[in-house]
Amino acid sequence: MTVYLLCFALLLVGIYGLLVKRDLIRIIIASGIMGYAANLMLILFAYRRGGLYPILEKGKTVGARVMVDPLPQALVLTSIVIELGITAMLVALAIRLFEKNKTFDITKIKRLSG
Amino acid sequence: MILPFFIIIPLLAAFLIAMISGNRDYWAIIVSVLTMISLAVLALFNFGTIGGKTIVYEMGAWKIPYTICLTVDAFSAFMLVIISVIGLTSLMFSIYYIKHRSPSWKYYALFMLLITGMNGVVVTGDLFNLFVFMEIALFAAYALVSYGSHAEEFEAAFKYAIMGSISSTLVLVGIAVIYSATSTLTMAIIAERLPQNLKVMYWSGGLFLAAFGLKAAIMPFHAWLPDAHSSAPAPISSMLSGVLIKALGIYVLIRLFYNVYGAPPIFLTIFMVLGSISIIVASFLAIGQWDFKRLLAYSSISQVGFILLGIGIGTPLAIFGAVFHILNHAIFKSLLFYNAGTVEMVLGTRDLRKMGNLTHILPYTTTTSMIATLSVAGIPPFSGFFSKLIIIIAAIAAGYPVYGGIAIVGSLLTLVYFMKVQRYGFHGEKIIEMEDIKIGWGMRAAMIVLAVLCLATSILIIPGIKEFTLDPVVDAIINKTGYITRVLGR
Repeated sequence: MTVYLLCFALLLVGIYGLLVKRDLIRIIIASGIMGYAANLMLILFAYRRGGLYPILEKGKTVGARVMVDPLPQALVLTSIVIELGITAMLVALAIRLFEKNKTFDITKIKRLSG
Repeated sequence: MILPFFIIIPLLAAFLIAMISGNRDYWAIIVSVLTMISLAVLALFNFGTIGGKTIVYEMGAWKIPYTICLTVDAFSAFMLVIISVIGLTSLMFSIYYIKHRSPSWKYYALFMLLITGMNGVVVTGDLFNLFVFMEIALFAAYALVSYGSHAEEFEAAFKYAIMGSISSTLVLVGIAVIYSATSTLTMAIIAERLPQNLKVMYWSGGLFLAAFGLKAAIMPFHAWLPDAHSSAPAPISSMLSGVLIKALGIYVLIRLFYNVYGAPPIFLTIFMVLGSISIIVASFLAIGQWDFKRLLAYSSISQVGFILLGIGIGTPLAIFGAVFHILNHAIFKSLLFYNAGTVEMVLGTRDLRKMGNLTHILPYTTTTSMIATLSVAGIPPFSGFFSKLIIIIAAIAAGYPVYGGIAIVGSLLTLVYFMKVQRYGFHGEKIIEMEDIKIGWGMRAAMIVLAVLCLATSILIIPGIKEFTLDPVVDAIINKTGYITRVLGR
């Protein structure tokens, strides 16, 4: 139960950063933290205490022991790749915004409103 | 086995464009136009033959609990038709418009990726696969919003990307919650197992409502839409506003909350409340705008509210109205964004106060914008009238006269802000004299095709035609057990 609460706390850290921070780079990092929390949660759901690694070798028997669920690990790999892409996109946009405005402060980059 | 081609063809085209086109965008145009024509033919053929069936394709020949499956029923086929038809006209409009601004093959490659993502979301039957295709579509959308390389466009794209990454995280958490309870990702099996577990249904439902509500720009989650849709190039605005918010937002909401969750009443009530808030508040915000494209973007939020109200009421008649309004909104809002793009190209401004009497300078644009306005405002022979009327009648028939009243008020407000567009933008007093500016035939053709469709789609209301076009779609939405049995083949 504690690990789930800590995982939720990580999600909240990400949301807090997104809502409160005024710096483009910090916002990008906060969105990354939020993504890590979601990935961690998927991995936690798949974890079995004392479970085996989910590869059936020749002659290996599982017996009474359970296996770790392999599917969420595959999902998390995919999701990490997607997050890499999103982060790269955000950083590229932040660099172009800096070139145009000479600042990373979002309170000073406010051309669109209403 | 035509299902994988809806994904393979545009994806292949995107990479082919990146490989074969050097400095010139000549080949990119040919490849992308061919792709969209073939997709449109495939989608129309698919919609014509599907009826009440569901086509299931299991990837890699694995059987269904272990595989990623692609499923197409009448509703998916209907969305595929909208995506490919609007995509084709948008591409026709782009060819001259982008040549005028900053031509590059990158635009066409990203456009193909956008189509790939939306087609993928619509055809997939697997929850995580849906997430992946959604991200593909969103990547392309972020890049295309910032295509013009101005400071405002980067700002809008950054805002959109941050909001998009929040909603993607929420989707992922929702998928994790569902997977932990049902141990599967195939939507049909989830639909079978989930109703025994109400707690998980409410948790994941709340997460998905927030996440896909953000994608569909329902009222409390709408903040990114006016920036992103007004900053993008006009053909992309029309794709985002006409198709993307429906394929990624409304379609997924309907698929999840009707076919997977079985339309729980509490969520339907939330849909109705959020829908009516969207209708009213976005209409008032639209009245205050002087930027043409920003006004259209707020109007999109308001019209999506009508669709949401329809799916919230939940009777077959209301669903029919909502589905019909999805089609109509895609057509007339794309047309209005083309008009805005043409005006911006010729006059160099989007401010309604700087426009004037355009009747002689842009005769095609003025006429088609009038047709689109009449359709969106709900004037009888045009298609927008029928879909709104059906939603209002359904609201009153289902015993929600208040929501019916809200829809009527929203419809009148729509008329108000579009009269503002016509009064100041196209038929103003200011006389504008300009030398002859050439509008490409592609732009003109795209506008005329959609203007004709505005009127032509009204025939879908006639009972004989409705029976084999929109009725299977409504049936696919409301029949949850039918969805499960047809996908699992029992």
